[in-house]
Amino acid sequence: MTSGAQTEEVAARPTPPQRVLPTAVVALLVAVLCALAAGLALWSLHRMLEPPAGVDALLVALALVALLPLVPAVRAFGDDRRRARHLAAGRLAPARHEAASGREHAHTAMGYALAVLVCAGLVWFTTANDGAITTTFLRWEFLRSSFANVLDAFWINVEVAVGAQLLVLVVGLVVAVMRLLPGRAGRPLRWLAIAYVDTFRAIPSIITLYLVGFGLKLAQVPFFKDLSPVWLAIIALTLTYSSYVAEVYRAGIESIHPSQWAASRSLGLSYGMTLRTVIVPQAVRRIVPPLLNDFIGLQKDTALIGVMGVTDAFAQSRLTASNVFNLTPVIVVAVLFVLITIPQARYVDRLLAKEQIRTGRS
Amino acid sequence: MTFLEIHDVHKSYGEHEVLRGVSLEVAKHEVVCLIGASGSGKSTLLRCINALEPIQSGEIRVAGDVVSGLGVDVNRLRRNVGMVFQSYNLFPHMSVLRNVTLAPVRVGGRSRAEAEEQALALLDRVGMKDKAGAYPDALSGGQQQRVAIVRALASDPQVLLLDEITAALDPELVGDVLAIVRELAQDGLTMLLATHEMGFARDVASQVCFLHEGRILERGTPAQIFEDPQEDRTRQFLARVLASGRL
Repeated sequence: MTSGAQTEEVAARPTPPQRVLPTAVVALLVAVLCALAAGLALWSLHRMLEPPAGVDALLVALALVALLPLVPAVRAFGDDRRRARHLAAGRLAPARHEAASGREHAHTAMGYALAVLVCAGLVWFTTANDGAITTTFLRWEFLRSSFANVLDAFWINVEVAVGAQLLVLVVGLVVAVMRLLPGRAGRPLRWLAIAYVDTFRAIPSIITLYLVGFGLKLAQVPFFKDLSPVWLAIIALTLTYSSYVAEVYRAGIESIHPSQWAASRSLGLSYGMTLRTVIVPQAVRRIVPPLLNDFIGLQKDTALIGVMGVTDAFAQSRLTASNVFNLTPVIVVAVLFVLITIPQARYVDRLLAKEQIRTGRS
Repeated sequence: MTFLEIHDVHKSYGEHEVLRGVSLEVAKHEVVCLIGASGSGKSTLLRCINALEPIQSGEIRVAGDVVSGLGVDVNRLRRNVGMVFQSYNLFPHMSVLRNVTLAPVRVGGRSRAEAEEQALALLDRVGMKDKAGAYPDALSGGQQQRVAIVRALASDPQVLLLDEITAALDPELVGDVLAIVRELAQDGLTMLLATHEMGFARDVASQVCFLHEGRILERGTPAQIFEDPQEDRTRQFLARVLASGRL
């Protein structure tokens, strides 16, 4: 009886809206301070560049962008005024609505203002010490002069990466299947696979590169001693990354439900045939994202092949950098690595989306 | 003539004994229904016949040939013994048509064209011909199970093992799948099915076996088992099924 009466009372009187003003004041303060910081950073950039009018206009535009968080901050105050008006007239639900909108505006203002602050910090960092950082890392003339050289050398990185990736796809699968061989007969091969993965996953790739690059030549190992350094780099990176990828394959194969094995074997397909036509094709589809991870890792590690005396993009850029006593060429290599990675990530996204549409999986 | 002979089969997973001496004879063209509570060993028995599970002792013969124990060409056995699973187990990366033609082409050695022609004819029979190009995940459970039956039939098996094939289906889809099994029974296909569909078992079975704790406790014609069960356990089981409204 009493509880029923209480419920009725609560329903008849909705909770009053919370106050917005304190949040709005904080939001406005944050927006103003961040805009000031952005202004200072842009001023310092202006002084450093002493730029022509066109660039100055750009700086002014940026300063205006830094002021944008003020807009929602001011709106929060308007919402608060309307909230008070509704509340005075006893309209609780509209008052609550305005309060919620006001808080949302205040939070938006703070979010954007803090982002402006981070950007201002970055600008300030590049202009610090009279722009020493920018002149060390980003000098237009060195960028232009080193670009062709570095790009030329970058093809060696691409060559090594693609070669190693193709080999890794095969070797990794072979090792994974070895590791999953069933029964007593498979035991020694399982052990070998485990030993290989344990060893090469642990050795830093720069050491493997060094040992393969110089060791095989030094020991006059037949066949290997006649290989070009690029091939030796491909072999070394294949050794390292096959151990990672074998584990990725293994995880993918083991993630396929045992009922798929049962279904395939019940149709009379042998172990090997089941693996080939039913299990691995499904596993490969699942492991594409982690595989891309390892492939990007491999691409990046091609920057280490300088230790075996190959002049790759990084080695070339360091050479140029020490000539001009400026790090801009190295930045060029970094940007090139980023540029080749992004399309791959998007391609994999598209591949997975297409696969989902094709097989009707949601 | 006895086509499938199961003699005193024991099967255990580690310490846990699932089958404790099962014996059963199935003649050609017979339809045998295995009933019993979950965990009574119905599915395990079917998996043992197909050699998906090794047995600890006893003997299984198909068409007079021993198919249990070492040295058996399991792939050859399985071509003669088809199996359909509770959860369909279609291959999700292959279209319906590829699912059905996989075994005839890879194991049966037929040409792709020949296998596809046969597959389409079978799919047509179960009303799934227009879905030949679809992928399993785009199909309903009932449709997937119909494809799974066709996939098992495509290898021309001499006996079909059906493991609770309607247990995972929505109630309104059960009828379609059972209609197909009924038709196969009329065509004279030898079948062994584990099922909870008692009404269906009463209709199509020539023999019903009640399994309890890894043994066939009672066995006979549907009339004997459903109308005049001799064992207390059978009576209790049927009473529970009746109470749940599934008879």
